[in-house]
Amino acid sequence: MSPILLKIDGAKVQAQEGMSVWEAAASVGIAIPSLCLHGQLEPYGACRVCMVEVEVKGWTRLVASCCYPVEPDLVVRTRSTKIDKIRKTILELLLAHAPDSPQLKAMGQEYGANPNRFEKEASFCVHCGLCVRYCAEVKKLNVVGFVDRGTRREIGFIPELAAKECWNCKECFPLCPTSALQAAYVLTEALYAPHPFPKS
Amino acid sequence: MDLERVDQIIEKHNSEASSLIQVLLEIQSENHWLPKEALERIAQRLDVPMTRIQHIATFYKAFSLVPKGRHEVHICMGTACHVRGAPRILDTVQDLIGIKPGETDLDMKFSLQTVNCLGCCALGPVMEVDGVYHGKMAPAKTADILKNYE
Repeated sequence: MSPILLKIDGAKVQAQEGMSVWEAAASVGIAIPSLCLHGQLEPYGACRVCMVEVEVKGWTRLVASCCYPVEPDLVVRTRSTKIDKIRKTILELLLAHAPDSPQLKAMGQEYGANPNRFEKEASFCVHCGLCVRYCAEVKKLNVVGFVDRGTRREIGFIPELAAKECWNCKECFPLCPTSALQAAYVLTEALYAPHPFPKS
Repeated sequence: MDLERVDQIIEKHNSEASSLIQVLLEIQSENHWLPKEALERIAQRLDVPMTRIQHIATFYKAFSLVPKGRHEVHICMGTACHVRGAPRILDTVQDLIGIKPGETDLDMKFSLQTVNCLGCCALGPVMEVDGVYHGKMAPAKTADILKNYE
């Protein structure tokens, strides 16, 4: 299989078929910021922080680099006034949900995002899906999942399963960028009728 | 709804995980809602995770996770019905059954729901009971229709 040649931020990059633009950029040391990307999980494209500009035959498009496969002669721009502005707005929208998330705050500072630009929406969950996907893809336990849809979508634990599995795992806890997951877990525990979750 | 009936429905679909939505729809139409025991049985028999069933059952409006009455009353609140007086129809029906939209009365007779368009604007205002459309409604006519349901 011959390597695919593409240009990222002016540098010529060789990539293998099936790689994403994000991976190709990382292979030459260009770091594209991302929130919902995780080494052990399939790319999901939920956070949109990894948005880049790609140029195919003179036409430019905005795509999420974690999900966009490399193609020959692709021209990618990971930093430009336009991209930076889009990332800043995305981060401002995410910060409206979780203004105190350290990860979001650091990224927001880098792009000059104003955390007070949008009215606060105290959902705390930014729907990155890390916990849901980690539980399903890596642990294969399926304890936590998405509930409802649209603006009402949130994460929810299955209480009976959580009582059995979570105390000894909790591997999803450090993944959550906003700590909404931990809150959801504690809430599930508090609402679980028969008895408190076993702590062993 | 007993679990034997749930098993029958699952067997009808050869216990295939890809038939999950069909199984849920069938239980929903027979039982008017999806009890937790039934969902647990489906998860076990079709070998799909509970999180997935929960996601699907909360995603589609066709499914209900809370008990519903024997008869489902839908009142169209679409633009055409709205200007033709749907709010007054809704008020009258609310007074008649004694519940608000989204609720079910105590003897499980009626569930009331507002919908956004039933697709027959020329008949507006429209009230639908158990799939039967009653067009050109007037507040005074609602009682005559609802008394036919037991």
